[in-house]
Amino acid sequence: MNVQTDTKLQSFLSGFEGVRENAIQNEAWDALQYLDFPTTRDEYWKYTRISKIANAKLSSGKASNTILDLEKHLLSDQFVIIENGIFRADLSSFDLSKVNVKVESTDTLVQTTANMDELFQAMNTALAEQTLFISIPKKQVWETPVQVIYITTENQIMSNTRLVFESEDFAEGHVITTFINEGNSQSLSNHYTEVLVAENAHLKLDKIQVGNGWHVATENVWQDGNSTFKINTMTLKGDIVRNNLNIEVAGENCETFLNGAVITKENQLVDNHSFVNHLVSNCMSDENYKYVLDGKSTGVFNGRVVVQPDAQKINAYQQNGNVLLSDFAKINSKPELEIYADDVKCSHGSTTGQLDEDALFYLQARGISKDKARKILVSAFVGEVLQSLDNEKVLAYVNQVLFDEFGWTEM
Amino acid sequence: MSKTLLNIENLHAEIEDKQILKGLNLKVNAGEIHAIMGPNGAGKSTLASVLSGRDGYEMTEGKVDFDGTDLMELDPDERAKEGLFLAFQYPVEIPGVSNINFLRTALNEIREYRKEEPVSAKEFMTMVRERSQIVELDSKLASRSVNVGFSGGEKKRNEIFQMAMLEPKLAILDETDSGLDIDALRIVAAGVNKLKNENNAVVLITHYQRLLDYIKPDFVHVLADGKIIKTGGPELALELEEKGYDWLTK
Repeated sequence: MNVQTDTKLQSFLSGFEGVRENAIQNEAWDALQYLDFPTTRDEYWKYTRISKIANAKLSSGKASNTILDLEKHLLSDQFVIIENGIFRADLSSFDLSKVNVKVESTDTLVQTTANMDELFQAMNTALAEQTLFISIPKKQVWETPVQVIYITTENQIMSNTRLVFESEDFAEGHVITTFINEGNSQSLSNHYTEVLVAENAHLKLDKIQVGNGWHVATENVWQDGNSTFKINTMTLKGDIVRNNLNIEVAGENCETFLNGAVITKENQLVDNHSFVNHLVSNCMSDENYKYVLDGKSTGVFNGRVVVQPDAQKINAYQQNGNVLLSDFAKINSKPELEIYADDVKCSHGSTTGQLDEDALFYLQARGISKDKARKILVSAFVGEVLQSLDNEKVLAYVNQVLFDEFGWTEM
Repeated sequence: MSKTLLNIENLHAEIEDKQILKGLNLKVNAGEIHAIMGPNGAGKSTLASVLSGRDGYEMTEGKVDFDGTDLMELDPDERAKEGLFLAFQYPVEIPGVSNINFLRTALNEIREYRKEEPVSAKEFMTMVRERSQIVELDSKLASRSVNVGFSGGEKKRNEIFQMAMLEPKLAILDETDSGLDIDALRIVAAGVNKLKNENNAVVLITHYQRLLDYIKPDFVHVLADGKIIKTGGPELALELEEKGYDWLTK
């Protein structure tokens, strides 16, 4: 007897077409036939239950032809709008003489660093219709950041968005990605980014997650020698948010900065998995993530740093600080340092606590209400990470969201 | 006769079910300076904590009237808004919160409570400049995180600077002299004397007579075993310095 057991993934994918013209997409689609949604039995997903996503009936999104009012989200005069996974040329505005931005059909995909054994990367590779390329030519320094706004406007869709942020030698540039959802919270934004930081290049990526619903984002970053890469991940909204940040430091004298702020309430679940792989000597990485969790929300921090054999003189720092504002909020913090070289400096620390009661009373004793005093203390706590947003407009935007969503005021 | 600012009647208070104050009476009028002295464990700091509303300190009996309002009914911030100020024995360090922004927030909350206009940035900065001079506090410290990296003396001067900014009706100085060298003590005392006028009052809580060489009290009270057991003039402090507290508590 032949028993056909459909996996959750197969039923999830039944609404999507996966047959493409190119080999990479076919490979990704084939991989999906063997993959399934992870469960909490998988170590990589131990604290993050995504059965809500797995059980959802989603379809692929389409761009509308309506005008979207995105004024308040605009942080640069060079911007690209992607609606429900599709490029909106009519709403985007960038000057090709200043920035090199183009959108291509993923049918023409010739190479990727996506890991086809990982569900969300494989799904993105198989299903993304378009890829956005932001490419900085040799020695070019872009003064203006390029902002990409990913907006969901439909309900029950999965959008697969794909970004390649690449540079040639000595290039410098800054990309801001903003994720918004104006549909209901039963949508999945599955975003995939490849970053190539060439020799002596300096790239920065700000990732501002302010959309409701489900959001999975993966960045695969490659750093060549003498380069600097900085990523700031600000997660201020989202029912389930999972970030997979993978950085391969492949050249010497690199600097890598990973900053993250997570502010949650209600039943949110925000999971940051980062992986810094030091392949060679003489590099520095500095990671700092802070979580402020309220309501019944859950945070997950998993920071993996590997120093490969012979990757000597590595300085790797990792810090994760958490404040729980309610008795029902939860944090799972797991630093993972694997060091196979013997001449390295690595440190990690994880702290979790409530707000400092003495500080709270001190502020109250000066006439500040308890509610306001709490807000002052939490914003001071994440302030250190927010300061890493050295672009003033981005910082002001984040502060505005914190004010609108949580009533915070900057101190 | 001047107005009564603080009237404590038969105050009983406990912390973690342990009775600390056992029927304390104290009346402070506008224009007066009171010193409360006493042996360790007498309840001096408990009195400061109860009056300022710190969590865990509970009044079990008695009444505290503060310029016509029932003080114990108010939250800590409302007590401050009504004009009560506590200079902390151990000022708290608050990383990431700038001294200046914190004070401006406090000042504006107090003003809003009193239905006054918020202070303008210019007016505020002028106040900061003038009043940090009262306690010779480096204006650089004013813009740093609250008490972070301050020396012991700077922390205490910062307390008096905050007092100068918030202009309370009644200031309680809890062991403000402890840990200060003689120069810092003089500066702090001079600051308090400068801020003192006929409309406000100061309660000094101290273990040592030394502070009273610089701030002249109108009344000296001895607090022992949760009650005020003796009240006198400045000469009482000198007598206590000489004889200790044993002759009173036996």
